[in-house]
Amino acid sequence: MSENKSANDVKASRSISMGDIDLTFKYEMSEVPGFEKLRLCFQCGSCTADCPIARFSELYHPRKLMRMTQLGMKNRVIGSEALWLCAACFTCVDHCPQGVDIAGVIRALRNIAVREGVVPQVFRELTNNILTTGYAYKIPEMRHKKRAERGLPDLPKANTGDVAKLFDVLAVSKFAKKEK
Amino acid sequence: MKYLLFLGCAVPYRMPSYEVSARKVLERLGVELEEMPEFNCCGLPIDSVDHDAMMVLAARNLCLAEQKGLDILTLCPGCAGTLRKVNKSLSEDKKLKEHINAILKEIGMQFEGGKIRVLHLIQALSEDVGFDKIKEAVVKPLTDLQVTEHNGCHILRPAKYIGFDDPENPVILKKLIEATGAKCLDYMYETDCCGAPIVGVNDKIPLHLAGDKLRNIKAVNAQALITVCPFCHMMFDINQPRIERLLNEKFAIPVLHYPQLLGLAMGIDPKELSLDELRVDATNITNTK
Repeated sequence: MSENKSANDVKASRSISMGDIDLTFKYEMSEVPGFEKLRLCFQCGSCTADCPIARFSELYHPRKLMRMTQLGMKNRVIGSEALWLCAACFTCVDHCPQGVDIAGVIRALRNIAVREGVVPQVFRELTNNILTTGYAYKIPEMRHKKRAERGLPDLPKANTGDVAKLFDVLAVSKFAKKEK
Repeated sequence: MKYLLFLGCAVPYRMPSYEVSARKVLERLGVELEEMPEFNCCGLPIDSVDHDAMMVLAARNLCLAEQKGLDILTLCPGCAGTLRKVNKSLSEDKKLKEHINAILKEIGMQFEGGKIRVLHLIQALSEDVGFDKIKEAVVKPLTDLQVTEHNGCHILRPAKYIGFDDPENPVILKKLIEATGAKCLDYMYETDCCGAPIVGVNDKIPLHLAGDKLRNIKAVNAQALITVCPFCHMMFDINQPRIERLLNEKFAIPVLHYPQLLGLAMGIDPKELSLDELRVDATNITNTK
């Protein structure tokens, strides 16, 4: 994904029409973990000012994402590449004078995006790896062999049956990358 | 002193040097480690996919530790932060605990809460082992060495869940470094994230971010950077040549896992600490008296 292109797209579509706005969104979401205090955000911009990613990105400004979410610009937020640029360092969460869980709002928005099918490939792969191996990364056979050679204990085995059951209950399995 | 070692995914996947050196140093300090009876990811990587899935994966690991009656020790700040947060939230929020336990019932597990602690390596070293014992174990103080540190974000933040050190001015890793005899220098933007968590979505921003940190570290004439996270280590060590090419700057800053530094001060052979596996050459450190 090219950041500059997306940033230009956002600039080109600055105007907002009422059709972009879902007036009930903030009420629907008020019970979702992370969203509890979103309505208290008064746009001071501490989150963006202290964000290490925002120092190097034209596109990612947490303050903007908070405002757009408050206004109910659901589709614009869900479809934005910016949503996936938060590194979850939690600096903004510690610094917000209103106690808004900014990283929690972003996480909850990502969860909605996933359910609507908008998810970067890397998250499908991570989900699939956990589902099939228990580990977030596919650990090559070579690594296992090398552990033995250097006297490290075998890696603990995963209970993939349990993980699959849990993922089924939560309907997460379907977001995993389809095996070819 | 005994812990259940939660190794996580990134350490066995990419950072055996961190595991090897940590095990060696902990053994010398008389810390006993038991392996997890079964493993699944802590849950952090899929928090973005489904928040409940993150919590049940974390809770399943916490249940195993509760059954063993052992505190969890992790090398990865991501695992530490996630398991700590879920351990605290479920122990304090009855409704949330019931919600998660209803899902865990499917696999015949129940989280009790308030039974075990979750500690990152540097928390176990500073709070349980203690600075006095670490200083006693140092036989080759690294007094000629000047280094900098980089804490992994999830060791410190969010403060309301983690409650360890001061996230605005973290000093514990610095004190642990100074226990080896080395000097730990301050630098600009010291508490900033390394950028690693978004590498899979956008690699340019993290490389610029980590490069900016390396530039600030070089500006204070540090001889090395000390990390306590497999992801931060990947950004600063494995990716350092890429960052140098991208920014057209030379850094050549060796990046050591904290247990490698401590191990050297304990007189352990550099090879046994896997110092030869680092991407950026660290012989200037191993040759320091």
